[in-house]
Amino acid sequence: MKTNIILAGVGGQGILTIAAVLDTAALDCDLNIKQSEVHGMSQRGGAVQSHVRISDTKIYSDLIPQGTADMIISVEPMELLRYLPFLKEGGLLVTDSNPFVNITNYPELEELYAEIKSHSNTILIDAKKVAKDLGNSRATNMVLLGAAASQLPLSDESLQQAIKTLFERKGERIIEKNIEAFNKGKEIALVTIS
Amino acid sequence: MKKLLLGNEALAQGAIDAGISGVYAYPGTPSTEITEYIQRSKIATELNIHSQWSVNEKTAMEAALGMSYAGKRALTVMKHVGLNVAADVFMNMSVSGINGGLVVVVADDPSMHSSQNEQDSRYYGKFAMIPMLEPSNQQEAYEITKYAFELSEKLSLPVLLRMVTRLSHSRSGVITSNRKEQNTISLPKNETQFQLIPMVARSRYKHLVDIQTDIQEISENSYFNDFIKGTNTTIGIVASGIAYNYLMENFEDGDCPYPILKVSQYPLPKKSIKKLFDTCKKVLVLEDGYPFIEEAISDFLGENRKVIGRLTGDIPRVGELNPDNIANALGFDIVINENIPKVVSGRPPELCVGCGHIDLFNAINILSEEMGSQQVFGDIGCYALGVLPPYKSINTLIDMGASITMAKGAADAGIHPAIAIIGDSTFTHSGMTGLLDAIIENTPITVIISDNSAIAMTGAQNSSASGRLIDICKGLGIDNEHLKVVTPLHKNLQDNINLIRDELNYKGVSVIISQRPCVQLPKEKKDRLKKLKKVSLN
Repeated sequence: MKTNIILAGVGGQGILTIAAVLDTAALDCDLNIKQSEVHGMSQRGGAVQSHVRISDTKIYSDLIPQGTADMIISVEPMELLRYLPFLKEGGLLVTDSNPFVNITNYPELEELYAEIKSHSNTILIDAKKVAKDLGNSRATNMVLLGAAASQLPLSDESLQQAIKTLFERKGERIIEKNIEAFNKGKEIALVTIS
Repeated sequence: MKKLLLGNEALAQGAIDAGISGVYAYPGTPSTEITEYIQRSKIATELNIHSQWSVNEKTAMEAALGMSYAGKRALTVMKHVGLNVAADVFMNMSVSGINGGLVVVVADDPSMHSSQNEQDSRYYGKFAMIPMLEPSNQQEAYEITKYAFELSEKLSLPVLLRMVTRLSHSRSGVITSNRKEQNTISLPKNETQFQLIPMVARSRYKHLVDIQTDIQEISENSYFNDFIKGTNTTIGIVASGIAYNYLMENFEDGDCPYPILKVSQYPLPKKSIKKLFDTCKKVLVLEDGYPFIEEAISDFLGENRKVIGRLTGDIPRVGELNPDNIANALGFDIVINENIPKVVSGRPPELCVGCGHIDLFNAINILSEEMGSQQVFGDIGCYALGVLPPYKSINTLIDMGASITMAKGAADAGIHPAIAIIGDSTFTHSGMTGLLDAIIENTPITVIISDNSAIAMTGAQNSSASGRLIDICKGLGIDNEHLKVVTPLHKNLQDNINLIRDELNYKGVSVIISQRPCVQLPKEKKDRLKKLKKVSLN
């Protein structure tokens, strides 16, 4: 079984942390993984993406072929749509609803949401608010990961363990907040999908 | 144990495990993480492996050669355009040969994700007549690096190891093996080897030419060049480096019916290429970068084209490979979908909020309106974003250091005011010599060193210029009256404009250091700078 995931956002929004959680969990489950990411110039306020591929068989390409991504997880609504050509038919879209406006021609929000909602199998949530209500708005990315969790080839336990491993150096409280954010995201997704 | 490593990190771990005594490098995307991995490595620190950044790629490669001269193994790392800077030593050390193993890692950037061009370093390897290696995945990056040092010592030649962005910046599980002890000091057995006066150089060059047959033979039999049989001989495929992965992605379980020659070592294995030519109707060449292999094995006049690839348009001539453009070349029925919803706008990178470069550009732009004829020559760094809106402050962007020298040439031609904008690290990398040219002739240019006290674009590494700019400029002979320091802050805008205007109106060379630390610097680095700053401002 091969799962292709595209992570999207703007430089500094924590998409590489989502990638790191997926990588760590997959490695612990003895699955194969390839995860490509963008460094350098595009880090600064520009569009960033990461291709994550998890499989129990050999993975060749570091890049996901078009039309084969099982899901796109985005920390920003417009960035979600940038990678649509990669999504397979019926693939899952998960995104935060809060725009990151650092360009003058950012689209009208209504238009943007309408486009997102025109796709089936979409989870559009105010993840930032969820994280903030839990007391850590920096955990927005973990809310989104939680929202996608039911469609991932990794168990909740292994993802939670990966969060613990990654945030270990930041202390117990940060670990807790991130796991809470993950769980809350998962809970919201269940309601949204059903 | 399996570790999750970037291609760059796997390579770096391979170098540590090959027993290097030092890495010498200047940061540059996509190569930076190789050196950073060694800097952070606990074992590398314990083993006292040198890993501090060099001032530029040329000084880095020469230092690596010095370490090799002493008999120890050295790694030198750069991005593709960095090899242009180091080309002098690169070409000559292939003639002298090496003593301790020396591996030159060059990370190419097909599609120019973070570069001015997509030059293909394999031409340099061929030019220097040395062996080249090109790993296809992270595990191979680890193994091939260890092999590269063995090969280097076996042939007494530097070895070029070529990476590309997608392999450099992609993670996968990597299994590592034993670490070799570092070499002890042992001077070259042949006393004249490194004395390239013409008399010696002629015999060394003759030797380099003579051993080409050995280099070829090693490549013919290399474990890293693999001929994979296939049943369908309508096409034979040559896939080099990472292209192999994109190719295999197109077949369920990697079950490709066509014969494949997977190339990860150069010079090209002729026997295997001939086998492919003899048994297949056509040969498709897949390579990330320029059509290097394709050109080498195509017929010159193109009258009997059996070889297809980038030159024939079966693969796009420019830009990087991916599974989709290869599927297309194989004639698979895929639609390359470029239909991103119209509602999506482009989002280019931008200067950070609060960045000192912004305040400098604001001053420059106001002066531009005043002066009318001003030309601004830019350089490589975050401030290159000054060519884009909303600033549009910079007219040129060519290579490291070209701001000062192009401004000089333009001033010689009669352009006034001619302004050079260069970062602090770019200045010590390649700007100092150009400034000396201008000082010698007292050319009427204004050099603005936009000093954020970091190599910011590649991740805020320490800049060799920090705390030294004033002394360097004075040492080069700048007139004290025309060496100024300003702080680019909004509250200083009018003062800064006035000061820059005075220097623009001066008919000689001025240097203005526009100094404010990069906003991305962590606190400990800012504290370190505060100590240095005293030196800098006095």
